[in-house]
Amino acid sequence: MPLPRLIPCLDVAGGRVVKGVRFRELRDVGDPVELGAAYSDGGADELVFLDIAATVETKEAAVDVAARVAEHVTIPFTFGGGIRSVDDATALLEAGADKISVNSAALARPELIEELARSLGTQAVVVAIDTEGGRVRSHAATRDAARDTVEWAKECEARGAGELLVTSIDRDGTQDGYDLEQLAALRDAVSLPVIASGGAGNARHVADALEVSQAALLASILHEDPARLVTLRDELRELGVPLR
Amino acid sequence: MTTVAIARYGAGNVRSVELAVRRLGAEVVDDLEAADLAILPGVGSARSAMDGLGDAADVLRVRHAEGRAILGICLGLQLALDESEEDGGVAGLGLVPGRAVRLESERVPRIGWATVDPGGEAYWFAHSYEAVTDATVATSEGHAAIVESGAFTGVQFHPEKSGAAGLRFLDRCLSRA
Repeated sequence: MPLPRLIPCLDVAGGRVVKGVRFRELRDVGDPVELGAAYSDGGADELVFLDIAATVETKEAAVDVAARVAEHVTIPFTFGGGIRSVDDATALLEAGADKISVNSAALARPELIEELARSLGTQAVVVAIDTEGGRVRSHAATRDAARDTVEWAKECEARGAGELLVTSIDRDGTQDGYDLEQLAALRDAVSLPVIASGGAGNARHVADALEVSQAALLASILHEDPARLVTLRDELRELGVPLR
Repeated sequence: MTTVAIARYGAGNVRSVELAVRRLGAEVVDDLEAADLAILPGVGSARSAMDGLGDAADVLRVRHAEGRAILGICLGLQLALDESEEDGGVAGLGLVPGRAVRLESERVPRIGWATVDPGGEAYWFAHSYEAVTDATVATSEGHAAIVESGAFTGVQFHPEKSGAAGLRFLDRCLSRA
């Protein structure tokens, strides 16, 4: 197995990294290229950029961000948010992204996963799953998608997903630790790599998640501070996690 | 200045490769025949890549016969083999004896940083198929990582996405070309 991965997540809107409470009151916290490069220097294994506005206007801005990141960052990165077609995804990969991530659009039309896998290759297709109490949520977790999380994960795999990015809505932002039970159920149900997300408060939480998943997404635990990634890596090494 | 031409076949993350070789001071040119180094990048599926290569396939075969440097990356390595079992079986370029087979690994696709031996350096991988060939000169967790045959070098990992270690690897390819 490749080494466990640490993946800082940057929320972007209109070409800037933003931070907000429940998608409102967005605050500008920096330039995606500068922050991405700093995380890369701090030892990030990959990066994830999520376009949280994901409107028609931000689509172009997202491709521009991907293009600028590719010029300055030499580690892999994923772009998600508002991707509804093979054309949307292709524009991001051609700009230099390595993977794209789809969520609500795949729930609305699961064939999209097959189309993306056929055109871009399985390894480029991440399906993001927001889960709460074993059920899938859609539309930035505001709606019940009427699907069981494990069943949806299996369907994603069968349709050609290359990776699952699983966010526990119950835990997201709590810093109480990842939903290890849900992650273990997914590990047993699919043979795809799983990226754990939601709930990281300390190094022990991240180490526990990496026992049952292949990667950990790091959002609020880093506070947009690349220096925190460096100390977190040291703490994880002390806990015996084999990092790059 | 070393000149590099990148084989384009529709799919593939060509831009990242282009940016990486430019960063190392090489000049990117269009002429696949004349460039000091030809790069066969790789993202996507074997069949669409072979279809998309078109005339470039023969240019690469001639280059190889003349002993001029080619670097195959990821799918680009697999395309250089005799055949791939992907997409129900696809004939490759036949530059390197061997075939690409479905990866047998705990998690497929195999995604992430893994050590390559000899050398002990970690590079980033993202693949569902692997090369089986006697031309393998370095492995990663038992999978072919670097393949060499004549002036062809193939890597299963993505040097253009492997940070400083990847750039050092590409730099060595450029200086040998």
